[in-house]
This record gives sequence, structure tokens and C-alpha cells, in this order.
Amino acid sequence: MTDAALTTIRLADGRANELESPARRALRRLLQRKGAVVGLIVIATFIMLALFAPWIVPYDPIATSWTLVRKPPSALHWFGTDELGRDILGRVIYGARASLMAGAISVGIALGVGVPFGLLSGYRGGFIDALISRITDAMLACPFLILAIALAAFLGPSLGNAMIAIGISTTPIFVRLTRGQVMTVKVEDYVEAARAMGNPRWRIALFHILPNIMPALLVQATLSIAAAIIAEAALSFLGLGQQPPAPSWGSMLNAAQRFLTNAPWMALWPGLAIFLVVLSFNLVGDGLRDALDPRQR
Amino acid sequence: MLSFLAKRIIQLIPTLFFVSILIFSLQHLLPGDPALVMAGEERDPDVIAHIRAQYRLDQPIPVQYIYWVKGVLAGDFGESLRIKMPVRELIAQKLPVTMQLASMAIVIAFLVGIPAGIVSAVKKGTLWDYGANLFALWGISTPNFWLGIMLIFLFSIELGWLPASGYVPLSENWRASFASTIMPAFVLGNAIAAILMRHTRSAMLQVLESDYVRTARAKGLSERSVILKHAMRNALTPVITLGALELGTLLSGAVLTEQIFSIPGFGKLIVDAVFNRDYAVVQGVVLVTATIYITLNLIADIAYILVNPRLRA
Repeated sequence: MTDAALTTIRLADGRANELESPARRALRRLLQRKGAVVGLIVIATFIMLALFAPWIVPYDPIATSWTLVRKPPSALHWFGTDELGRDILGRVIYGARASLMAGAISVGIALGVGVPFGLLSGYRGGFIDALISRITDAMLACPFLILAIALAAFLGPSLGNAMIAIGISTTPIFVRLTRGQVMTVKVEDYVEAARAMGNPRWRIALFHILPNIMPALLVQATLSIAAAIIAEAALSFLGLGQQPPAPSWGSMLNAAQRFLTNAPWMALWPGLAIFLVVLSFNLVGDGLRDALDPRQR
Repeated sequence: MLSFLAKRIIQLIPTLFFVSILIFSLQHLLPGDPALVMAGEERDPDVIAHIRAQYRLDQPIPVQYIYWVKGVLAGDFGESLRIKMPVRELIAQKLPVTMQLASMAIVIAFLVGIPAGIVSAVKKGTLWDYGANLFALWGISTPNFWLGIMLIFLFSIELGWLPASGYVPLSENWRASFASTIMPAFVLGNAIAAILMRHTRSAMLQVLESDYVRTARAKGLSERSVILKHAMRNALTPVITLGALELGTLLSGAVLTEQIFSIPGFGKLIVDAVFNRDYAVVQGVVLVTATIYITLNLIADIAYILVNPRLRA
């Protein structure tokens, strides 16, 4: 290849990089991080398992069998069976549904409530900001899990209510984060320009500020999903989340604790599943933070 | 400095006010009618009406709130419905247990997290760094109730080295007390160690690139002296204040850990109270926890300013 041709290719490459959208650039940077890629693969695997659980599980996860009580892992039951003779592999796979749903929905609730309040607080300032900030401080002063337990107890024990309780308890984190980000972004020139052009406040907040604080929110949302999955497992462990006989990793661990001497495998698999999913979300969150951090560019 | 302190303390007043409202409303959030719970098996309407009048449950909610706040300010958190004991005494009984656990956990976290963070930063990009980062990921991703169960299986059931559950007070037998709390303390400290490791690493990396460290190296000081005397001192200041804050977070983590190891502390008290609908206990425990957290926050802020001369002006 001639030098001229090589220069043309280099120029084209450079132009392609310049034209690359921020989202595409972030994705490219994310995919360069091995940890994040492993995390994405594990999450995708668990999502597929949860979605196609009825076609994957070898046995009905709630079918009991008195002849199969607490059988160790074998060729027939890879993860062994529990105290009611249920197949643990099937229950772990079905348990992914509860955990992933809890993670996504509770963080969705926290984003849905926290971001608008954070925007309002950071953008308006003054009395509204002071009021929202003090309420946020008050909520953050109450330990997250204790608040979630109290709310879950009030709402009644169920997976849906556990998600609401976790969502409400996670909300102040997003209010504070959004407020902080808005305070930084609202003094930028492009926001000033939008204001000078006569855009109404809501339009500036939604179309000029919000898109620019999305990276920080995305990173926090990913890390919060990890925390929400642990919180759901904790509530189910205490009997305030998914109710038996429906499978949930937390409630499986609760049952396993009573049979630790005779059937330790009952505790191993659901715990390992929680660990893997939470680790994966943390890896992706860390990767996203690195990929979206302007200082890395 | 004084004006900052005054501003920070004034800010606490509305925060505490909202905390008190949030906590008071827990009574109305928890399921069931408090009067019926207090009456127990008794279903006589006269008895229930008497209970309502005695505990002012027949009054409007704002009036109940004012009475509650008055009581709290006088140190009266009410009486436990189940244990029939003043909540203040219950808290005084259980708080030292959790504080012992939390203190041990924070010591473990500092002993593991800070050296791991320093080594990771100093040996950036080496196997030590990868190992320390893996440890941090493990720490923040392991649910503490699962870790607790696994440790019980290993150290109590398989090896028989430590008791699986129960608590021996420090005053009774310090060896037995240590044995009964070391596993739960490790479980609690594990996650904090991971967080401290990450903060220490990033603070050290920042400091190691600063001008004064470069100057110290240029003066010909040994690497050991540069790291221990120049870099570490500056890097650890924010990390130590962060550690103080984590002590508050530990109170939350203690909820499940105490449940798993059957330790009669604050965490177990609140879970039992929620399930027994013991409103006064729930309110008292959450209020004390929130106050501890807010106070630690304030102390951390002040300490940060005191040790950082640039922020004092």
C-alpha cells in the first residue's frame, strides 16, 4: 500500500473517531474493560436463565418429594435438593427472576421519584431546595436496611412490596446525586445559552440538563441495582420479600441456615448466585464509571 | 471555622426535625392498631378504649407527635409492648453489644483495608494490585448474611473452633466474648474493608503523583520514607474520616448479622420489634441510630477540616 493510501485511511479513521457519538464512545470504552465485559456476560446469562426458566429447569421448582429430601448434588440433581425434596438448581434459576426484577424495578422507582425531585431541588434552589435537601438528609440518616424493613413490614410481606420499600429507601441517593450534578451543570455556558434563548425552565431542565447528567445517573443506577438485589435477598431472608413456596435466593438461604449441618449445599448455591449477580453489576458499574469519566478521555 | 461549625449545627436542626417526623410516622406505617396490639388477647372495648386514652392514641396525630417529642427530649422513649420494659433501658442494654461488634468490625476493616489500599497503589498494575482489587470486589459483592452462614459452616460446624451463635458479654469472660463476636465482626468489617481499600488506593494514587512527593523523591529519600512519611499521612486523612462515617453504616449491617449469629444487639432488637409490632422500640432504635449517624457525620466533617489546614480559612 502506498503512503498516500495509508494517510487517507488514517485520516478516515481520525474523522470516524471525531464523529463518534458520546454513547458509542462510552460503549467502546466499556467493552475494552475485561471486568465489565465479564460482568455483562454474566448478567446477560442470568437474564436469559430468568426469561427462559420454564424451558430450562429440569424439575418443577415448587414440586416437593418426600423421597428426595436433602439429597446432595448428583447427576440427577446437579445442585442437590432442599428440605422438601425440591430441586435446588430449578429454584436458583427461578430465583433469578425475583432478584433481577427486584433490582430493576426498585431502582426504576428510585430513579422515577429521585431524579425529578433532585432536578427541582438543584435547579430551583432557595426554599424548595432547602426543604428537599433536609428531607433527603433525614431519610439518609435512617439506615437503609432498617428503613426498608420498616416499610416492607408496613406494606405487608410480598415481593412487590419489598421492591417498593427498597425503591423508596434508595430514592434519597438519587435525589442527592441529581441535585449535585444539576448544581454543576446549570452554570455551564450551554445552559446559559438555552436560558438566553428564552427556553422555559422545565425545557432547560429536561432537554439541556438531564441528558448531561445521565452518565452519573447511569453509573449510580447500575451500582444501586447491585445493592437492591442484596436488599431484596435480605428482606426475603427475613420473610418480608418473596413468599414461599415461590423461589427466592434470600428465602432459600433462610431455609438453608436450619440445615447447615446436614445439607450445606442448600446454602452454597443461592448465596453464590447472589454473589455472582451482584459482583457482575458492580463490575459493569465500575466499567461504566471509567468509560463515562471525562478525565479518562 | 467557627462560622462553618455554627452553620453545620444549625443545618442539623431541620434534619433532626424531619428525622423525628419520619420516625414518628413509622408507628402509623407499621401494620395493625397499636391499641389492639397492646391489649393482647383482651378484646374488651373498655380496655382498648382505656389503652387508647392512656397512650393518647385517641388524640389527633400532630398532638401525639408533640407528646412523643416532649418525651424523647426528656429521655423517655416509651415502653416496649412485648418486654414491658422502658425502651431507654432496652437500648442501654443492647447498644453496647452492637457497639462492641461495630468497633471490632471497624478495627478489622482498618487493619485489612488500609494496608491493602496502600500496597495496591504503590504496586499499581502488579499482581498485588489485581489481588487487592479482587478482594475489594469480593467485599462489596458478598451479601453479609451469606458470608455469615458460610463462616458458621466452616469455623463452627466443620472445624469446631468458634461458637455458631450466642453472645458472651465482655465483662463476663473476655476470651469467650471475643470468640462469640469475632465471626460476626469479620462479616461486618469485610465490606467496610473493601470500601476503605478502594478509597485508600485512589487517595494514595492521587498523592503519589503530587509535587511534594516528587520533591521528596528528588531529595533522594528512600521510597519507604516517601510512602510512609509523606504520601500516607496526607492520603489517609480523608480515609479515616470516612471510616468514622462507616461506623454508622455498620449499625445497619448489624441487623442481619446479629440475626444470623443470634447476638442480642440493636439489629436483632429492631427486627424482633418490627415483627412484634413493638412501635416504641422501633421508633427508639431508629431514632438513636439516626442520631448516632448524624453525629458521626458532623464529627467527620469537623475532623476533616481540623486536619486539613487549607479548609480552615
